[in-house]
Amino acid sequence: MQFSIYRYNPEVDAEPYLQDYALDDGLVGQDMMLLEALEKLREQDPSLTFRSSCKEGVCGSDGMNVNGENKLSCITRVSGLKQPIKIRPLPGLPVIRDLVIDMALFYEHYHAVDPFLKPVVQGVSIDLDHELLQTPEEREKLDGSYECILCGCCSTSCPSFWWNPDKFHGPAALLAAQRFVVDSRDITTRDRLAELDDPFKTFRCRNIQNCTASCPKGLNPSQAINELKSLMLKKQID
Amino acid sequence: MVSLKNVDTFHFDAIIIGAGGAGLRAALQLAKSDQRVAVISKVFPTRSHTVAAQGGINAALGNLTEDNWHWHMYDTIKGSDYLGDQDAIEFMCREASEIVRELEHFGVPFSRTEQGKIYQRPFGGQSRNFGEGQATRTCAAADRTGHAILQTLYQQNIQAGTTFFDEYFALDLVKDELGHIGGMAVMNIQTGQYQLLRAHAVMMATGGACQLFKTNTNAKINTGDGLAMILRAGLPLQDMEFWQFHPTGVADKGMLLSEAARGEGGVLRNGNGEAFMVNYAPHVKDLASRDVVSRAIAIEVKEGRGCGSNKDSVLLDLTHLDAEVIKKRLPGIREIGLTFMGLDLCTDLIPVYPTAHYMMGGIPTNFNGQVVTLDESGQQLAVPGLYAVGECACVSVHGANRLGGNSLLDIVVFGRAAASEIERILKLQKSSSFFDKTLDLSAVEARLNKWEARPDVDAQPESTAQIKRDLQQVMQEGCGVFRNQESMSALIDQLDPIQKRIEQAVLQDHSQAFNLERLEAFELENLMTLAYATVHSAIERQESRGAHSRVDFPERDDRHWLRHSLYFQENHQLRYKPVCLTPLTVPGVEPKARVY
Repeated sequence: MQFSIYRYNPEVDAEPYLQDYALDDGLVGQDMMLLEALEKLREQDPSLTFRSSCKEGVCGSDGMNVNGENKLSCITRVSGLKQPIKIRPLPGLPVIRDLVIDMALFYEHYHAVDPFLKPVVQGVSIDLDHELLQTPEEREKLDGSYECILCGCCSTSCPSFWWNPDKFHGPAALLAAQRFVVDSRDITTRDRLAELDDPFKTFRCRNIQNCTASCPKGLNPSQAINELKSLMLKKQID
Repeated sequence: MVSLKNVDTFHFDAIIIGAGGAGLRAALQLAKSDQRVAVISKVFPTRSHTVAAQGGINAALGNLTEDNWHWHMYDTIKGSDYLGDQDAIEFMCREASEIVRELEHFGVPFSRTEQGKIYQRPFGGQSRNFGEGQATRTCAAADRTGHAILQTLYQQNIQAGTTFFDEYFALDLVKDELGHIGGMAVMNIQTGQYQLLRAHAVMMATGGACQLFKTNTNAKINTGDGLAMILRAGLPLQDMEFWQFHPTGVADKGMLLSEAARGEGGVLRNGNGEAFMVNYAPHVKDLASRDVVSRAIAIEVKEGRGCGSNKDSVLLDLTHLDAEVIKKRLPGIREIGLTFMGLDLCTDLIPVYPTAHYMMGGIPTNFNGQVVTLDESGQQLAVPGLYAVGECACVSVHGANRLGGNSLLDIVVFGRAAASEIERILKLQKSSSFFDKTLDLSAVEARLNKWEARPDVDAQPESTAQIKRDLQQVMQEGCGVFRNQESMSALIDQLDPIQKRIEQAVLQDHSQAFNLERLEAFELENLMTLAYATVHSAIERQESRGAHSRVDFPERDDRHWLRHSLYFQENHQLRYKPVCLTPLTVPGVEPKARVY
């Protein structure tokens, strides 16, 4: 099995390059995931660098660009991939080394949307004898957003984010924003919407929908962003 | 030569090593009380392994069936095969309801009942009225409860302004000239720089170490770094013979299929299609304690009733359940089946086999999270300034076998309790001269220098990956679901040559930025340390209790072994301390035969 992998070590390389690797076909099982293949390649070349942890698609460490699409290597089967398998870092953010990108900007946008529940006025505590009630229907509104694993596959596939990575929140952060806007327990919906109502933060989204196409968890950030936009519109009409 | 004399040094009131649920709950408490707290994590916090916990968190809320903490406490003690400390267990079970509601107020998206309350499901080893009927005690956010709790705690820490050192690897505890814990030597993974973090209080929250075994449910990061640091600091580890093998890992691969699958009504079948658990636990069948179910599966396979071409697994059957229930309550594990096996829980049976999942043992602490050791005379002694919480700690609330749903509870209860204790002590005394003392850095410098050696030009250096694979293989064979004197003696003989290979290993990559080979070498050293701790603790304990099943000593022996093991690295010495059989406010539960 043939691979072509993006390499860059800031200490020795003036610029990045693609390196070819081969894995003996005898080592490639029918159900082998790309992460296992990369680990085998690391035994040939221990300098090959990528993030990974859980091996089952829940920690979000191992996003990478595989044959042009953003994927998690641990839940991507190699058998279906066209060879040579071309692997690059997630696009649009600085590269630290090989497939490891600097996600600081991505996390900053997440932090910027106040991704925490505000169920009461600040400083007031809630009676711990009771949970806040939420009907199953209200809870269902969180399905499709709370499952986000912050892997970055969506935001780094988004041309609007490539163009304005400092100003446009990007699909992952907006998905988190929507999760708290629609949570029936949060009392700051109006403030949250006002904060997001901005030509860059939210409205750089042009409905390209790469985010939804690339989400390895099958979530739909594009729909969430549109929901935010229509809620903003509703508030203005009210 | 590596020298840490002039590296960047940061000062905090408290530092927490590990950003899973335990570390984040503790950090939140300290940040809210205006202590200067920093969290050091080798991965971005939401990638910590708490994220993979599926089924739920136990609390006797009684939202679906009547319940109270006394029953929860009884079940936990019985589940622990009476090795759990009853004072700590009472403390945990009493705190449970409040701490779960607090998580809900923090924003955890729990599933809901029709009344709008937190949804709860039945789990193994749970009972009403001290062993009578099945309880419904496990609070769940579908089957992504760990993910939901971890993200929520991280979000709360964002709000509280906690300082994070993301992608920093903790190397070793450092002591000052008086021998007190003075801080931690760390490596910035992104730049390869070494740094020192000095703090009045150091908390270990580094999680488990099931990477020690070939088939496991754990993430690659679960290498027991904090546990190994404790041993290198001359302190003991407790009950290291007790490793939980989860009954339903995906056969051959190890991914976890939550106990929630059986809690929602799933059954295990052998190669003949027989629901065999009735033969092992006639009352509660598939919802017996995990050690019981794992042994049952291993016996079915051993006696030739397995399934698959090698007859080496059994089948998890949910096909009789309403597909809508599966999609709503178990979407995550359905996804795992589809992704890794191409099998759909709604229509297909899934091959499973017991898989290393959780360590009951760890760093001995009291229920305020303070690390304890033994003095010369055998008295327990708290180590000033040192704390441990979560899976890496051994309080011990899980004893010889942990109940499903009690680990998420453990991490938040003791994360909060330990932080409160630190807060209390820091308010009493925060010596201004604490940071003036000189740190003894020689031991950690020697370790770092070992890995600076360059390979010979023509030598073909051995990969650390190969050494790790061999270690995992021999640990699984020698110290798996069943053990005996022979398997463990053989294992001890196999460990020395592996240790030697690590000593001789040389890194090929000496770059600074994100050097994975160096990181994995440090992790492998840590795992090796724990392999010795495990096998020496296990070979000494001549009885079967909870997850420690000895074929040569099949019975529990309370007269000799109702006590905790304490392993010290020096000469592989073992010492023992008594189990606490007196809870805080209620009568204790006397050890008796354990039937499910």
